[in-house]
Amino acid sequence: MDNTIKVTVIDREDKEHVLDAPTDMNMNMMELCKSYELPVEGTCGGMALCASCHIYVLSDHDLHEASDDEEDMLDQAFFVEDNSRLGCQIRLANKLDGLKVKLAPVGE
Amino acid sequence: MIETDIIIIGAGPVGLFTVFEAGLLKLRCHLIDALPQPGGQLTEIYPKKPIYDIPGFPDILAGDLIDNLMKQIEPFKPGFTLGERAETYEKLEDGRFKVTTIKGTEVVAPAIAIAGGLGSFEPRKPPISNLADYEDKGVEYMIREPELYRDKRVVIAGGGDSALDWTIFLADIAKEVVLVHRRTSFRGALDSVEKVAELAESGKISLVTNAQIVGLGGEGRLSEVVIKTKKEGEIRKETDHFVPLFGLTPKLGPIGDWGLEIVKNAIVVDNTLDYATNVPGIFAIGDVNTYPGKLKLILCGFHEATLMVQSAFKLVYPDKKASFKYTTVNGVNGF
Repeated sequence: MDNTIKVTVIDREDKEHVLDAPTDMNMNMMELCKSYELPVEGTCGGMALCASCHIYVLSDHDLHEASDDEEDMLDQAFFVEDNSRLGCQIRLANKLDGLKVKLAPVGE
Repeated sequence: MIETDIIIIGAGPVGLFTVFEAGLLKLRCHLIDALPQPGGQLTEIYPKKPIYDIPGFPDILAGDLIDNLMKQIEPFKPGFTLGERAETYEKLEDGRFKVTTIKGTEVVAPAIAIAGGLGSFEPRKPPISNLADYEDKGVEYMIREPELYRDKRVVIAGGGDSALDWTIFLADIAKEVVLVHRRTSFRGALDSVEKVAELAESGKISLVTNAQIVGLGGEGRLSEVVIKTKKEGEIRKETDHFVPLFGLTPKLGPIGDWGLEIVKNAIVVDNTLDYATNVPGIFAIGDVNTYPGKLKLILCGFHEATLMVQSAFKLVYPDKKASFKYTTVNGVNGF
């Protein structure tokens, strides 16, 4: 199907979800997870201001580098690793077909 | 004790606009908010971000929207209790509610409107299993009294302005300051970043980057932290204080224990006519509520506030009929 890619999301119970993700709806990973009712808060609505959509990127897709805003917010997150990103800053695009991510643990 | 017509919990945009709509019905309001300034997340988190979906404003900065709302409600002379989280409520014999804040301020009114947004802002706590054991026994989430740290050893964690500013400030007071940060670059004001680099260079503080605090130890009181670094693995560091500064995050907080029906951190309302909760006399408006079709938008909160005050009026004046008036005809007549 045109403009739909497959994205795999591993939830916090290590269950894999293979999602159909539209690339022509201006959606990001946080919104995709929410639309499939995966446990992602997205508290700030996608402004890179809350870190509640913190994910680990497991596949080796060529993602744009995190902006200063995103890095700053990751500074306030916990369980941050080298492959940590904010889902809201990853826009779904055709080149991300096969992307695999894992939801980061949430604090208290 | 403060007496009013509507107690509004949360002084964000929706709480503030409630004062206006209540004022048109001659209802007085008193707002309570845990933050020291009005505006909720708009002033606390994103004052300089433009908002594009406020009717009549192609774009407006979040901070400016709050300034405008404060001006708009000024004629209705709202009361404010800021910097105090609403903790408990009780129903008085005369049918009114009494809300008590964390500092003991009491506010009494026939109606409560919870406009608490995502909750009250509290320090973000790092996920260290025994963190709570050392709270106020060496672990502090904010620095209230710098003198507490005189001639003591302090480990600060974080990479933002407050971590930098306190590191600089305590460098002259504490015996030893260690700043731990997860990466090598810092966000925050450039001159603070430079100052911290200078202090580290001259040995007045220690800077440990690419690192995080993963453990705490001590008998009854904090005496050491475990720092996990990328290069050297885990290092134990003796200290008297650990101050994690990771910003604020909203928590529903004590309102969660008020007997209100809660689903996914939001208060369930019965209907979309007045946003009444399962407790008669308590309404929930704005981002804090949920109902089928709910959208968390400021403009939806404004609408909810407008409908809600009609029912609040009936609680305050059971025998009177609220007459609906257009401001275009009558203007805004304050108190």
